[in-house]
This record gives sequence, structure tokens and C-alpha cells, in this order.
Amino acid sequence: MLKYLVRRLSATLLVITLVSMSVFIIFAYLPMDPARLTCGKACTPPIIEANRHRLGLDVPVQIQYGRFVKGLFVGREYGEGAAKFECPAPAFGYSFNKHECVATLIASAFPVTFSLAIGAFILWLLLGVSLGVLAAKRQGKWQDKASTVFVLVGISLPTFISGILILLLALKFNLINPIEMGRWVSPFTNPLGWAWNFIFPWITLALAFAATYTRFTRSNVIETSSEDYIRTARAKGLSEKVILRKHTLRAALAPIVTIAGLDFAGLLGGAIITENIFNLPGLGRLSIRAVLIDYDLPVILTTTLLAATFVVVMNLIVDILYAYIDPRVRVA
Amino acid sequence: MTSPFLEVKNLTVSFPTEDGLVRASNDISFTVARGETLAVVGESGSGKSVTSLAVMGLHNRRSAQISGEAILHLESGDVDTISAPEDVVRKLRGKSMAMIFQDPMSALHPYYTVGDQISEAWGLYNEGSKKDGIKRAIEMLELVGIPEAAKRVNEFPHQFSGGMRQRVMIGMALVNNPSLLIADEPTTALDVTVQSQILQLLRDMQKEFNMAVILITHDLGVVAEVADRVCVMYAGKIVEQAQIDDIYYVPDHPYTIGLLNSIPRVDQLDGRRLLAIPGQPPSLISLPTGCAFRARCSLSHLVPNNLCATKVPDLDEKLTGHFSRCHLTEAQLSKARTAPGDAL
Repeated sequence: MLKYLVRRLSATLLVITLVSMSVFIIFAYLPMDPARLTCGKACTPPIIEANRHRLGLDVPVQIQYGRFVKGLFVGREYGEGAAKFECPAPAFGYSFNKHECVATLIASAFPVTFSLAIGAFILWLLLGVSLGVLAAKRQGKWQDKASTVFVLVGISLPTFISGILILLLALKFNLINPIEMGRWVSPFTNPLGWAWNFIFPWITLALAFAATYTRFTRSNVIETSSEDYIRTARAKGLSEKVILRKHTLRAALAPIVTIAGLDFAGLLGGAIITENIFNLPGLGRLSIRAVLIDYDLPVILTTTLLAATFVVVMNLIVDILYAYIDPRVRVA
Repeated sequence: MTSPFLEVKNLTVSFPTEDGLVRASNDISFTVARGETLAVVGESGSGKSVTSLAVMGLHNRRSAQISGEAILHLESGDVDTISAPEDVVRKLRGKSMAMIFQDPMSALHPYYTVGDQISEAWGLYNEGSKKDGIKRAIEMLELVGIPEAAKRVNEFPHQFSGGMRQRVMIGMALVNNPSLLIADEPTTALDVTVQSQILQLLRDMQKEFNMAVILITHDLGVVAEVADRVCVMYAGKIVEQAQIDDIYYVPDHPYTIGLLNSIPRVDQLDGRRLLAIPGQPPSLISLPTGCAFRARCSLSHLVPNNLCATKVPDLDEKLTGHFSRCHLTEAQLSKARTAPGDAL
């Protein structure tokens, strides 16, 4: 097991390194000049060159990458003399538009995105799995048909429609204060306020995801129910309740761990549409602003890298978790 | 002969489908006593498994239409597993009647250790901790001949070979000392060498627990090794029923004669081709009128008045204790079995 872990961890590190390199190279060769973007109307060639130097963009790309990696571990200083400023480790870069170290921006955006993702995740798992099990057990009955309708609506309704509908309803019934909307409330100081802040975005995201999980759970439960070992469980004299809970669900839900993990990881990188609709200052909004409005390359680089890292790390976690669920994939 | 433990009377199981009603087993009656092994023989689709699943109450009550009776003579009184409520039948499963299946590769849950699975079965009908259950599981594994049982009890099904898994299945089925064991093709998925070990084990276990055993198989070689009595099934009906020796020495139905002739034998290597029964079994949705075997039977022309095509033969006692569903006279049948290949 230890050997397997070491092997998987080094592979994960390698993937993250490669992703960061590719992202770095792509942004280094984009036809946009970050130095030109630092000064706007006040730009003159000497200022641009000076800023290029301050940003560390006047050296070859491999040295830039080396500095970037070094900055991740020991922090980084920009400029010299009176204009000198520094970002402590992990230094992902410095955003000239926001006049802030990228790590600081991430640190304030990530809790928002994480709160959004975790709540939606729990909600859609509960909703999707229980609806799926219900539909499978009542196959062909009205419960099954109702769940099919739910699945169709959920899958075909994009979040920018369902989100706006939910937002409109919430505003109409005065469930949220439009001025307060999106203001960050810490779950540690005010858990109720935090939950209320996120409840509508959670519902929006959960609706979009739960449909897939309902369909997946339903077909998996039906398929597993016809397995030989379920017949064995019945022949033993177990009650239907125990068979479902202990035998069918255990096998039917195992594959869901894989997609759930990856879906969750994907959300951690930022839910761009939902965050924008509900004015949540999370990673998704940070990246979309950086891309569309600010051309803020250090931020784009960092959010991309983070999103990739979440997926790769979550993949590792899912694989390890899966080995605990399914003994057949355990390594000897 | 002791009084029967299980009495199946006029059991009929059919499944409504879009193409019509599938009559999987039709008017089946037999008995089996404790200490006795009844073999049910027939080719795929003859209704062997369907019948036994009906006795166990394992058919989906919504998709199967079942009539007739399957009476278990328990110490606490008689129970008809066909008409009794599901809750009553469920509490007989695993305790009074147990079943093992054809494919031990897929019949055990892949996510639980064999110890967990056996102790789960034990815990259903016994008071005791999880630890007691595992202890009992180890005992059962030792009983069915699994070496290093104390260690292997914590292993998962995929760590066992096919034969060992079938042993685990047998151990699990017997953990609550059932009075009736239904073995549905228990050796079909196994190597020939492993097959005879499993049959030997079943025989030993039958003695140990004094069980009634129903052995379902399509392999007449298996039947010869373990059965006391035999039911031959064809197209959902019993066509012949007799003591084991009678089936082999005086087969009394053209289908049984055909089956016996089609067994390859090492003592008859005279270059003849194997005698196969021509044709296919009929569709269970549209059974032919008269005898279901008629189209494949090479003797039906001997029956006068085209009787085979118009009248379903009854299951008659043609010889003492030997029932056969055929219009042919005993003299005609006796001629057929002495000259295999000529008449057939």
C-alpha cells in the first residue's frame, strides 16, 4: 500500500508540474503584453520596460518559471528600492490590476468557492441518490416517472436559466436582500447566516448535478438488483430493506464515488456562472474577471493551475477511496 | 420410505411477456424426504431452475404467475411456500430451506469477506455477536474443507478459486442447518476434477445434516453419482420420474433414452458418431399440441391415430414406481432402449 501511495503521489506531482509548465508557456507566448497592461494611459516605453523588469518578465521563460517555482516555496520580491514589495510564500504572482499578491486574492476567494461547492455537493448527492433509489425501487410507477421528468428538466435546464429563475423568485419573495447578496459571512462566526447566504446558489448547482446522479443511481441500482449475489442474499433470508441497504447500495453506489469526486473537484476550481449570478466573490468570478476584463495574467495562471491541481489530487483521493470500497482493486 | 419433507403439487410458473405467456414450468409434482437426493434433469429452459426458485419463493411476485403448492412439512406445522405471505417464506429461507447456485463466481458479494457473508446468514437466526458469527463461519469453512479456514475467513471472494467459492457457498447455505438444500447446477461452472469433489462434499453434508436435497443438473453423469431418484423435465413438464437405477437401466421415455444415448462413453470407442437428439426444444410461449417432444421423437409414428399430436400424454406409472409421460406401450419402449441408434 505504501509503495502504491508513493508511486501515485509522485505521478500526481509530475502531472501538476507538467500542467504548470504548459500553462506558463501558453501565457508566456500569448499576444498580450502584461507589462503594457500595468500602466494604461500613462504608458510610455520607459515605464513599460521598467514594469517589465519589476514583473520579472524581461528574462527567458524558463528562468521565469524557475522564479515562479522558487516563489511558491520561499516567497518572492518584486522591484527594488522604494518601490520594492514582496509576496510571502506561496507566491503565485502579483496582480497589478488589484495591487495585491495573487495568493491573497485566492485566500479570500477560495472559502467562498469551497462553501458553494461543498453545500451543493452534499445537497445534490442526497437528492440525486435518494431519488435514484426511489425510482429504481418503484420502477415503472409514478415515482419513477416523476423522477424521469426531474432528470429531463435538470439536465436540459442550464444553470444560467435556473439560477436566474431561482434568484428572481428569491428576490420576489424577499428571501434575500439584494444589497447584502454575496457578502462573505464566515461559517465559524455565523453559521446560519453563512448557510442562508449560500442556499440559493446551492439549490441552483444541486439541481443541475442531481439529475445526472438520479439517472446514474437508478440504472446502477436496477442493474445491481439483478446480480447473482443479490439473489444469494435473498436466498439467505435477508429482508428487502437489509438487501437494499447493505448489499445493493454498497455495490451500486461505488462507481458514484468516482464521478462525485471529479465533479466536486471541478467545482472547486470555481463555478463561474453560478458565482456571477449570485454575486459570489469566489474563484470562478475571480478568473472570469481576470480573463474578460483585466487581462490579469498572474491570476489566470494561478486559477488555472489550482483547478488542474484540484482535479488531479481529487483523482488520487478517489482512487484511494475506491480501493477501500471495492476490495478487488486493492493492491496486494 | 420416510414421509416427505417437501411436497410439490401441480406447481405451474409462467411469466407474462409482450410476446405472450411463457409457461416455464407446467403442472410439476414431486416429493423429497430428508436424507434423500432428488435429481431434476433437463436441458436449458426445461423449467428446472424456475421450479426450484418458486419453491424458495425467489420469483418476483409481480412478474411471475405461480399456482400450485409447495408444502414444507416443518416441525412447527405445514407451510405452503407458494401461498404463504412473503414475510413467512422469508423466515424459512436460509433456515429451513437453503439454495446454492450455478455460478459461484458471481453468487458471492464481491465487497464483503466470506466470513462476513457467512456470519450474516448465521446472525439472521442466531443470537450472538459478530465475533461468534465469525467463529461459526470458521467452523463452516473447516467443515466444507477449506484449508487454513481461520485465515481465509477474512478474505474476499475474488481471492478464492471457483471450487473453493462453491465450498464457501455450501458452507453459507448450511450454516443454519437447513432441512432442505436446493443445489441449482452446483458443478456446472467448475472443472471436472473439482466437480466430483463438490459432489462428494454435498453427499457428506447431506449425511451430516440429514437434509433433503434437490439437485438440479443437465449432467446425467452427475446424477448417477449422487441421486436417489430422478425427475426428467422437458419443456416445462416432468416426462419421466423413477428411482436412479431404473432411469439408467430401463429408461421409459424416448427423451430419456435419447439423453442417455447422447452421453459419450469411453467403453464404446467403435468409431460411431455421438447420437444427438435432432431438433430444438419448443418455444415455451407457443407449445405444440399433444406431446411437446413429438417433433423430435423418432418413435411417434408407432403411435396410432396421430395421438401424439392431439393428446398430451399423462404421467403414467408404466413400471412399478416408474412414471413416464408417453403414448408408447411398454413393449415398444423396451424395444427402443435395447436397440439404440436403430429405432431412434
